[in-house]
Amino acid sequence: MTLDVAWAVDWVRACARTVAEHRDELVELDRQIGDGDHGENLNRGFRAVVAKLDALDAPPAQIGDVLKLVATTLMSTVGGAAGPLYGTAFLRASRATAVSELDSGGVVALLEAALEGIVVRGKATTGEKTMVDAWTPATEAAVAAADGGAGPADVLAAAARAATDGAQATIPLVATKGRASYLGERSAGHLDPGARSTELLLAAAAQAAA
Amino acid sequence: MKKLINDPQDVVAESLEGFAAAHADLVAVHADPPFVTRAGGAVPGKVGLVSGGGSGHEPLHAGFVGVGMLDAAVPGAVFTSPTPDQIAPALQAADGGKGVLAIVKNYTGDVLNFETGAELAEADGVTVRSVVVDDDVAVENSLYTAGRRGVAGTVCVEKIAGAAAERGGDLDAVAAVAERVIANVRSMGVALTACTVPHAGRPSFDLPEDEIEIGIGIHGEPGRRRIPLAGADEITEMLLTPVVDDLGLSGGEQVLLFVNGMGGTPASELYVVYRRARALLSERGVEVTRSLVGNYVTSLEMQGASVTVLRLDDELTALWDAPVHTTALRW
Repeated sequence: MTLDVAWAVDWVRACARTVAEHRDELVELDRQIGDGDHGENLNRGFRAVVAKLDALDAPPAQIGDVLKLVATTLMSTVGGAAGPLYGTAFLRASRATAVSELDSGGVVALLEAALEGIVVRGKATTGEKTMVDAWTPATEAAVAAADGGAGPADVLAAAARAATDGAQATIPLVATKGRASYLGERSAGHLDPGARSTELLLAAAAQAAA
Repeated sequence: MKKLINDPQDVVAESLEGFAAAHADLVAVHADPPFVTRAGGAVPGKVGLVSGGGSGHEPLHAGFVGVGMLDAAVPGAVFTSPTPDQIAPALQAADGGKGVLAIVKNYTGDVLNFETGAELAEADGVTVRSVVVDDDVAVENSLYTAGRRGVAGTVCVEKIAGAAAERGGDLDAVAAVAERVIANVRSMGVALTACTVPHAGRPSFDLPEDEIEIGIGIHGEPGRRRIPLAGADEITEMLLTPVVDDLGLSGGEQVLLFVNGMGGTPASELYVVYRRARALLSERGVEVTRSLVGNYVTSLEMQGASVTVLRLDDELTALWDAPVHTTALRW
């Protein structure tokens, strides 16, 4: 079983839906330890992505083309830290997916490239209370699932579950990167908004594949 | 939330339309993507100066576009850094053929977007140098944080580097002056109330009536400490002492003292702060030779203030005194 371009388009549309549904929650999470714009910014970005998808005459030939459209649109509409971070993630992922179908290994390559992009752009590592704390366990879980012979949909499901656990695990952490780091100890006890949005985007990927 | 707005989504665009119409003699506003340039565009043979960041800090940065200061400013959404596709054309528009200096405040979003924007502009043949302003002493180090934030000291960097560019310095020289200001300017702020970002609809943080936040940034984010409300003199001392200590100021030195309002504090109170800060500097034998008091780097309607001290020498003083003609600063 493989995932095709239609999956990529479904994923992106599902991202837009879930971000819109959770806009206020992300704003509130960000208000607590950041500046309260994460939900608004991502919602603006994914609305623009959907508008561009709708304007296409025909679906792109490759999965990477869909992800590149997401990357460039997020970079040019989101701003903040999330724009460059998610934009770079989708851009790196698009380069790793210049194909029309993904098997389990392809899904792993997509996630690894995205994670690498976020780490390079944000110069972050695990334990700093950022989206890396959701992306890293998600990617590790995808590798383990693929190694165990799971199909691409199950690989994504494993990644999404691990992202949820990773996001929850940011709650007790003290932030040392990004705006929340200025709070010092007071950042503990809050779910990181970037980890939460990562969880939402990967859950959307799994749903689109199911 | 009570605000003079139509749709929260339109605040920045409509504000820029008004700004363009009100100051057509000084600035030109490019709508899509949004950025502000001098009315006449880039000055041939002059190093261009560009700054930018989230909206909601007015007059920073668009209010400082004009002769003797910035060539272009890039406003993002409220409290959100601009995007690379705004920054790159603004850098291009500011290039008079001698390269462009980007003045970036040390906030993760600003730094990331300016990095990408500079890469795009360089791909189109513009030479770009960047300096990062990090004057906020409330953030103690960069080991456990994203590093010191860039706050009100940014005005000093823009003014003085702007004068250096206007007098004909090349890109290296202008960047060197900017770095020298950054090395010698420190700030610390206090919030008495939170502000409300239009699209959020509720205050950025919850602050009880009898408490204040010491060590705030300029994006409505909470500070490092929350303490009971105190008198202005006591608060001023809490702001000034770490600034002076961090600069390592000693008797006999000359400084610029800048008391900045966060948007919701009246000028009378800013002068109360200035009065005490000046006296404290005098007690240490530090001479205030230049001053600035007012709302220059704001956080919407937040009540509060920041104290900025810039160590001066003859060259920095002369560059500060050089003529400037922008909507927010003019002499």
